[in-house]
Order: sequence, then structure tokens, then C-alpha cells
Amino acid sequence: MALADTSAQARARRADDRVWIERITAPYWVIGVILLIIPAFASDFVMFQIFGWTFILGMIATSLMFLGGYGGMVSLAQMTFAGVAGYMVAIFGDSAIDTISMGWPWFIAIPLALIIAAIFATVIGWLAVRTVGIYTIMITLAIAAAFFYFTRQNYDIFNGFQGFNSVFPPRLFGVDWRQPMAFYYLTLFWAAVTYFSVLYLSRAPFGLALQGVRDNPRRMAALGFNVTAHRVAAYAFSAIPAGIGGILLTWQSGQISPGTVGIQPAIDILIIAVVGGLGHPVGAFIGAFLYVILKTFAVDFLIAVGLSGDRFQLLIGLGFLLVVLWSEDGLLGLWSKLRASRHRDPLTGEVRE
Amino acid sequence: MNALSATGTENALELRGMSKRFGALAALSDIELVVKPGERRAVLGSNGAGKTTLFNCITGDFPPSEGSIRLFGEDVTAFPAQERIRRGLRRTYQISLLFTGLSVIDNIYVACLGVSRGRFSFLRARRNDALVASAEELTQVVNLWDARDTPVSSLSYGQQRQLEIAMALAGAPRFILFDEPAAGLSPTERRELVDILTGLPGHMGYIIIEHDMDVALRVSEYVTMMHNGRIFKEGKPAEIEDDPEVQALYLGGDTA
Repeated sequence: MALADTSAQARARRADDRVWIERITAPYWVIGVILLIIPAFASDFVMFQIFGWTFILGMIATSLMFLGGYGGMVSLAQMTFAGVAGYMVAIFGDSAIDTISMGWPWFIAIPLALIIAAIFATVIGWLAVRTVGIYTIMITLAIAAAFFYFTRQNYDIFNGFQGFNSVFPPRLFGVDWRQPMAFYYLTLFWAAVTYFSVLYLSRAPFGLALQGVRDNPRRMAALGFNVTAHRVAAYAFSAIPAGIGGILLTWQSGQISPGTVGIQPAIDILIIAVVGGLGHPVGAFIGAFLYVILKTFAVDFLIAVGLSGDRFQLLIGLGFLLVVLWSEDGLLGLWSKLRASRHRDPLTGEVRE
Repeated sequence: MNALSATGTENALELRGMSKRFGALAALSDIELVVKPGERRAVLGSNGAGKTTLFNCITGDFPPSEGSIRLFGEDVTAFPAQERIRRGLRRTYQISLLFTGLSVIDNIYVACLGVSRGRFSFLRARRNDALVASAEELTQVVNLWDARDTPVSSLSYGQQRQLEIAMALAGAPRFILFDEPAAGLSPTERRELVDILTGLPGHMGYIIIEHDMDVALRVSEYVTMMHNGRIFKEGKPAEIEDDPEVQALYLGGDTA
């Protein structure tokens, strides 16, 4: 998984004296403006369900992209980290289950939820980094399954099968943040924070060293790095975007229950990240958008062509299969392939700049 | 950790009774090796003599089966690799272990980072950062300045070997292990390599594994011959060169 833009960025790091606003490239302007004005013409459903959900799943998938793409560790526990944060907000904050929920104010409940998610991820990471490849996947899958069954069977803290309902965002600045347009901007804001933090971190010492650990752990140790500590720290960090996503997800549906942290959602996050592409954080959001569109409209589409709507998973599965068959790095990989072939000289086969 | 134990008056490296077995195979047997600070030592020997295994034990890639390793007076036998590196030990690899996805300067920057406190920093380096400056300086030392933004995957083999050396020089090393740095280099590149090695500051000792006698004898003050996992001769380059046993060994005979 090469970082194609590395040397270009390295050059920019040294030679770019422009003000930060001049350095923003055209695609960022275009997409940024479109995302900001979408509420002007989109329906409540599109803002709340399509985009709100895309941003949330994108954030959780970004946490996997960070671990997998930069750290070479494929974890199925990211949805579990998100779920831990979601559950903690319901437990420390307000919900309809007032026998368990403590009703603490949001400025205590939310940071506490994220801290607990990060501690949980540190422990899981500490277990998982001792393994590589398929075994990491198995361990994190086992943890996701264990957490699912635990929440379903534990009634004292997690309220078992029912979970928590009526978990809503705080009324901050007099805004009802669950109202579609407010929720759209809330999720957009945190998605943007996640996206730019991960991008920034990828070129900071921690991120660079993580990529070094991915490419060559033995060499990293011989350069003085503590490989295990670095991997565990990556897990801990990944719990923050996942946790924020988990809290927003809880607010969006107004509830959290074992179904939120089941095996299926855990695998969905993997699918989103892989279909989008693990090479760049934008892949996670592209994958999330595609997933939300399919999940929302596949039923209608299947019924329209005369098939049973229950088969929408089949469509998602087929889409997944096609992308993975055609490209090593999801939709991002397809995109760069396409660009390369457009720039390829038809006679020599060489790629021009 | 005793700070007094690493004053520099101690031996740079001290191996006592070190052995390494892989199952029934004895890769190293009863190695006794003492290298003084600033000393430049060549380790010679045929394939399978145990030279690289010796390096792997010293850096901590795997633990020795028996014996002890002292670095600058401190017993590091039980230390993980990164702890030995932080005490001033460095090494290069025979098969380049570079970060192929990163550019030349980023490879060296990561190397500089490894022994700095900023390893876990979430903040990006500024342009006037001391680490960036030392990384840029190292690219010049190994003549890679013009290729600094090139991804490692598109470097020539010789340039990759030079980058290996630059990474071993990162962060004020005190003692370096070079594993066949000249292998596969052209005659010109070999001359450059000899210049780089002989141009290192005097306090920087090293051990070099080298098949090319020409290179090995020019960059070292003392030579250790290994055969079948044992040290079988030590001496000055001239003595080793004239030694009939060594000559026999290097001509393919097996008189040891």
C-alpha cells in the first residue's frame, strides 16, 4: 500500500510558503461548498438519513482505515468501540431507562464516554497486536461477538436486549441538534474533523512511524521504536473517531441496543472501509455513502424490478465483490487506475504526468 | 540503568561465551568478542559462518541461547532491540529493509525519529525542525540529496544501500553494525562507500561484515575471522591477509 502522494507532500512541506487558505485545492473547495449548501435544497430525509448516516459510518470506517491503511491492522472491533462510547453516553447521560442512566450533564458524560472507549480500545489493542493478519481479525471478531452477547445478557449496566432508548443530544445553544438540518451540520462538522485529523496525523511523527511499523516492524525496532507500544497507541487513537461516530449514531436513532454492536454492523464497517479504499481517509466516506445508498434504496430497486425486497444484502454483496475483484484498493484504487489509464500513452504504455 | 556504567571508558561491545542454537544447529558457539570505543572491526567468513546471526544477537532481533552481551559496559542481554538502539547501537541490513512506500527523506526522518522523544508526537514537523534538519544533512552525507523526494521503490540498488547507511547514522550513534554494505555495488559506488566509512567521526566505532577483502581491509583496524559459528582468528588486516589458513579458507579449502 504505497503512499503515492508522499514525495509531493514532502516537497510541499519544504517549499510551500503560501497562506493556508491558498493551499486548499480546487476539489476541496467544490466538495466543501456543495456539502455546506446541501441543506438548502435537500429534504429532511436526505439530510438526516442519507448524509447524517453516511458521515457517521464514514467516521467509524475512518477509524478502521487508520488502523488498517496506516497501521496494517485490520480490526473488526471498531463498531464495538463506537458502541462502547454510545452505551456510555446513554448510561452516564439521560435515557428513558432512568433506573440505570445517571443523568449527568453532557460535558461530563461525553468526554467520559470517549475516555472509556479509548481505554477499552487500548486493552483490546494490547491483546490484538500480539497477532498478525487473519488472527488479528479473528481476535477482534471474537471481541465484537463477546461484547454483543455481554450487552444482551447484562441487565444491570447495559439493560440487556432492550438497551437504552430516548438518548438524545443536549440542547446546546438553544438548538435541537436532532432536527434534520442541525443534525446534518453536526455530523458534517465531526466528519470533517475526523477526516482532517487523520490526514494530518498521517504525516505527523506518530502517523509516519505507524506506516513504518506497517511496512517493516523489524526495521522499526532496529531504529529505536517500540513497535508494540506504537500499535497499541494506534488502537487507542482509533477509538476517538469511532467513539464520536458511535455517540452520533446513538443520537440519530435515539437508542442503543445490542443490535447496534452486533456482528453484522461490525462486518459492515469492514465492507465500507474496504470498498471505499484503505489508502486514504476519503475512501471511508465514499464507501459509507455507497453503503447507505444501497442499504436505503436497494429494497425499492429490487421491488421495482420484480424481486423480493429482502434480497437487498445480495446487491450490497455483489457490489462489494465487484469492487474487490476489479481493484486492490477499493473505489479509490479504481479511480487511480482510471486516471492512470487516461494518462497512458497508447503506443508505449508509459504513464505521462 | 546505571548512568555511570556508560561513561565511554568501557568497551563499546563485549560478548562473553555467546552461543545461538536453532534447534540442533549451532549457528554461533562460544563467541568471545571485545571491541573498544571508536574501534573499527571487520568480520570475515564464508557463507554460513554465523556473521549475520552474530549481528542479530547483538541488536536483539533474537536472544542468544547462552552468554552475555554488554554495550558500553551495560549488560543488555535481556533488553529488547529498541532499548539497545537508544543506547547508541545501530545496524544496517544485508537485504535492504527500507520503507518502500516513503520517500528518501521520509525514510531518514523516520530513522531520526526513532531515537528522539517525539516518536509519539501527533504534531507535524515544522520546516525548521531539528530532526528535519538532521535528516537533510544525512541525505547529503550519503550523496542522496538530489534523490531526497524520490520514493524508495524507484531508487537504484546502490542508492538503496546508501540509504541503509544513512538510516544507521541517524541520531548520534556510538556503535554501528554494517552488514555487507558493499554487496552488489559497482566499483565506483564501492569507492564512495569506503569514503563514507573512513570519513565517519573517530568516536564512532563499527563492525563491518564484508566479503570484498579490498573494502573490508581498507576500512578496518582489526579483523575477526569466523568459520562454522566460531571465531577462529583475530588480527590486524595485514596479518590476516598473509595468514595461510585464511587464504586457504578464502580459496575454498577447509583447513580450519
